[in-house]
Amino acid sequence: MFYDAGKIFTGLAIFLVGATFPFWYAMAAGKTAYKPEPVFPTSTSQCVESTEQMIAGHMEILDDWRNEVVRRSDREPIEINGTAYPKSLSRGCGNCHADQTQFCDRCHEYAGVSPYCWECHVEGD
Amino acid sequence: MAASRRDFIKLAGFSVAGLCFGGPTGCATTAPVNGQGTAGKRWALVVDLRTPCPEGCTACMKSCNLAHNIPQWDDIKHEIKWIWKEPWEHVFPEQVHSYSTAALRELPVPVLCNHCDNPPCVRACPTKATFKTASGIVAMDQHRCIGCRYCLAACPYGARSFNWLDPRERLEEQGAALSRDFPTRTKGVVEKCNFCSERINDDASALPYCVEACREACSRHGREPVLHFGDLHDPSSPLLALLRESGANTIRRKPEIGTRPHVFYLV
Ligand code: HEC
Ligand code: HEC
Ligand code: HEC
Repeated sequence: MFYDAGKIFTGLAIFLVGATFPFWYAMAAGKTAYKPEPVFPTSTSQCVESTEQMIAGHMEILDDWRNEVVRRSDREPIEINGTAYPKSLSRGCGNCHADQTQFCDRCHEYAGVSPYCWECHVEGD
Repeated sequence: MAASRRDFIKLAGFSVAGLCFGGPTGCATTAPVNGQGTAGKRWALVVDLRTPCPEGCTACMKSCNLAHNIPQWDDIKHEIKWIWKEPWEHVFPEQVHSYSTAALRELPVPVLCNHCDNPPCVRACPTKATFKTASGIVAMDQHRCIGCRYCLAACPYGARSFNWLDPRERLEEQGAALSRDFPTRTKGVVEKCNFCSERINDDASALPYCVEACREACSRHGREPVLHFGDLHDPSSPLLALLRESGANTIRRKPEIGTRPHVFYLV
């Protein structure tokens, strides 16, 4: 056998427990491999763009809207299924995705992004 | 070759002469314009002081504060002001002399951002967070503001306020119902009157909140409103008629510095 085997294996065991602690901890907290579950609007079925485009590019749409509205004074509303929506975070996106904590935040927490928009933009009721 | 003293003076002379031709050309007289959405218009505001505001009236300020989620601070150092009243002697110090009556000196005059044609704040802003729109509004893009406050220093009218403390917290403390139609601001950004861009660009017949509130308040007092708003590029605009045909003297604040304000006072 190895010299000082007891000490080595005890040390290794302590190391393994320590190194894998985050996994144990997450398992114990029931948060392993979860998928974010945003709550979708029920009143409509259509977003500004297709679902894929929204998932990948919603931040760019917001950027475009913001530039059009604030810098170019172009507040022409957009149309979805015949209904006009203002190009606005609170009154456009927020009109359908009323509860930001149940929608935007659920994904963002998961993805580890924290847009600071709501420090100014007033969230839905 | 070592330049002689004589050569050096000659060269210096030519260099100075050269300035006469290619001299500094960076001093544009009008700030560049951003945006085409409302091109062709020139929004302006007229404050008709021929009959002063009803005593103690704060209708204009109240409606503006409410619509734009503007907090009220007790300490004047933290104040956020879009439209407010100043005594005549502060608004038009050059119009006051040793024989001016106390009544005139203390007359409350509504003041706000002048939406200058040649705005010093726009030139001072290093991030273009403040800029001129095609319809003459000096606008703020809060998303770009880095809080350097150069614009505050540049504005000759004190029309800009800096958020030293968190405005959202203060609004909640006040128990104010937040308007969803206009974002609040955060600690660390500058703000000022936006001529109600969010309203007037959507609908050409819409008025800024202050002007609307002034109309209502004045009609309750059975008199003509103090604040008037309109498009100076529209030949049939009543605002233009008011400026040209009222027969009153129309003055602007600090005309001598060349900012060309678009808030006019009828006196
Ligand atoms: C410092 C405050 C502040 C922050 C932070 C902020 N905004 Fe804004 N935003 C404003 C203001 C003020 C307006 C102008 C509203 C108007 O003129 O109607 C605006 C306008 C907009 C508009 C167009 C009009 C509207 O009502 O929505 C969009 C879109 C927008 N912002 C998106 C964003 C996004 C996305 C973020 C986060 C990445 C963000 N903003 C962060 C203050 C802010
Ligand atoms: C007319 C109502 C409406 C408006 C306005 C709207 N959305 Fe949506 N959005 C929806 C609906 C309904 C879905 C679900 C669509 C689906 O499942 O295909 C959705 C889906 C999404 C998704 C995809 C989520 C996922 O996991 O599939 C994102 C991201 C999103 N919206 C963001 C936004 C943003 C950002 C705005 C503003 C720029 C906005 N939406 C404006 C109705 C709207
Ligand atoms: C399907 C999940 C999902 C939903 C729902 C969602 N987002 Fe996002 N969002 C993301 C992801 C992922 C990122 C980061 C993307 C990246 O960094 O490339 C992001 C980034 C952003 C950003 C840019 C942040 C930054 O720091 O660059 C903004 C702004 C934003 N989202 C706004 C919204 C708003 C507003 C809503 C609700 C109306 C929303 N998002 C809903 C997944 C989502």
